Amino acid sequence: MNNIKYILGSFGDPDEMMHGIDKLQENNIKIHDVYTPMPIHGIEAKLGVKRSRLDIAAFFFGITGTCTMLTFVYFAAAYDWPINIGGKPHFALPDFIPITFELTILFCAFGLVGSYYASSHLFPGRAPRVMDLRATDDRFIIAIDAKENTDHSKIDDLLKEAGALEVKHNERKYISYE
Amino acid sequence: MSGHNESILREPLITGTDITYAKITDDILMPVENKPNRAWWIGFIVALCGALLWVVAVSYTFWFGIGAWGLNKTVGWAWDITGFVWWVGIGHAGTLISAVLLLFRQNWRNSINRSAEAMTIFAVICAATYVVSHMGRPWLAYWVLPLPNQFGSLWVNFNSPLVWDMFAISTYFSVSLLFWYTGLLPDIATIRDRATGVKRRIYSILSFGWAGNVKTWQRFEAVSIILAGISTPLVLSVHTIVSMDFATSVIPGWHTTIFPPYFVAGAIFSGFAMVLTLLLVARKVLGLENYITMFHIESMNKIIILTGSIVGVAYITEFFIAWYSGSEYEQYAFINRSTGPYWWAYWMMMTCNVISPQLLWFKKIRTSIPFTWILSIVVNIGMWFERFVIIVTSLHRDYIPSSWAMFYPSWVDVSVFVGSIGLFFTLFLLFLRVLPSIAIAEVKLLLKSASEQAKLKQIKEGHLDQIHVSEYVESLEKFDSVKQEEYAKI
Repeated sequence: MNNIKYILGSFGDPDEMMHGIDKLQENNIKIHDVYTPMPIHGIEAKLGVKRSRLDIAAFFFGITGTCTMLTFVYFAAAYDWPINIGGKPHFALPDFIPITFELTILFCAFGLVGSYYASSHLFPGRAPRVMDLRATDDRFIIAIDAKENTDHSKIDDLLKEAGALEVKHNERKYISYE
Repeated sequence: MSGHNESILREPLITGTDITYAKITDDILMPVENKPNRAWWIGFIVALCGALLWVVAVSYTFWFGIGAWGLNKTVGWAWDITGFVWWVGIGHAGTLISAVLLLFRQNWRNSINRSAEAMTIFAVICAATYVVSHMGRPWLAYWVLPLPNQFGSLWVNFNSPLVWDMFAISTYFSVSLLFWYTGLLPDIATIRDRATGVKRRIYSILSFGWAGNVKTWQRFEAVSIILAGISTPLVLSVHTIVSMDFATSVIPGWHTTIFPPYFVAGAIFSGFAMVLTLLLVARKVLGLENYITMFHIESMNKIIILTGSIVGVAYITEFFIAWYSGSEYEQYAFINRSTGPYWWAYWMMMTCNVISPQLLWFKKIRTSIPFTWILSIVVNIGMWFERFVIIVTSLHRDYIPSSWAMFYPSWVDVSVFVGSIGLFFTLFLLFLRVLPSIAIAEVKLLLKSASEQAKLKQIKEGHLDQIHVSEYVESLEKFDSVKQEEYAKI
């Protein structure tokens, strides 16, 4: 038994890579993941990645900001220490719209980006899980789990046929830990 | 995505006929991966001297108080707030390019958004230093925050536009930073995977472990579009609120309902001018002519004509309304602006902001790099004078003629301003050295559809309307980075 963990098909062109995904899927070969230097539109449908729910999260973060600011400004200006400013109402709503708006945006942006980092496991100092160093430069990499899909020569042929410039057999999952 | 061909009726966004994904990475990372050239060093040393002057002048202000400035009893705001509004205005183009143009699917933003956003962040830093130093007691700057203080739980006045401004500027700064940094992650990962040793370790930390898998990219795009959606009203709100610092007061010349749209248009106007000032030099020095093309320059110039004209209409409207209001004080404020002791500042503003951008209607002028560059500086001089005119000429002759005064800047005023420009350029030049100045991943997206080579391939394949082809070839004539010989035979 060989020690190959992952087979990587390295493509130089996104369209050829998409073609490669189709070819593999036609042959019931499961794709582990795809690493690309730029977003590829339409790939998520092929790989069954569900629609992101970050927009819903963003809405709720935003609305939390709105409520927080309105509650806080009511507490500060009308309840805790009401000050008579030129006879204006203590809770002068139109005056509080700009700050409420700003806090809505602030909460929404930080909540959204925070959720994104958390759900995609991005944080400073995280060891990059890179399978091929050129995946962030000029190569489009299809990674296939070699333990699950045992017919390695068929995978090689399919990838080459689809236009892969290089097929690698990696004995380590990630090469970036050294 | 990359499968479809973009019509040749659109001008190319990447020129050159030998561009590959690898070449894009190499070209953009050239300044990051190599030692800086002489031009960079000269620029950096000059900018650094400016930044040191800024440190000296701001420290002097902190030590001796704002009495070091030329302010007097009548003119209580002058170069400080002029400088603040000027910098905040410049800081508007970045988010406008990255957010508004993303919502409108303007692909030409892809190669200018990164450096424009960086410029935004540095400009807001310059603006914030003015806010802090004009407080007089900067060590108490935290008093603008709604914190219960040791004198009892007395809160800040939430009815005050100055408090709104604090919320607006700090939200704008942090959201812009977030937007910019999230967009940088894939590009930092590109540097990381090409670097070795300590450099790799540093970029590895900064890259947050980016790997570029499908799910991360899909969410990345979702995050970008939502951030663009919320940043669009944010960017408009910021200068609106800045304008309310003036508009909600009762000073003749400030108490104007037209201020919010007029300030926002002025901010975009000056922001784009600053983007041009920086990028026209950067594209030449860093050899990025293929990515920041004549189409980008011309598009930005068109935005400058539009916003410059809006600003011009606003100036005239303001003048008309002053007359039409029948208010003696308002009328005097405007007559004094244009014919009083500061007439030269007013006419400087009018010439630089209203008349000179109209030259851009001529195609020869708006596609000429030297002219565009000079004009971009003229616009920013004009926009500085606009704020000076609004602030100082409205204040210097108040209701009691015995207290009428002129404003004379002290050396500290001048040094803080010149120094802030030095600080801005120091930060920008450092940025060019350590981070990619163009969004690499976003430019790669355009290679197979909107590049000159993709369009050339379409033409060579035939099947295209000959009229369209000749129109396209004609449109390429203005590009300085296109080899015209290629098209001579077509």
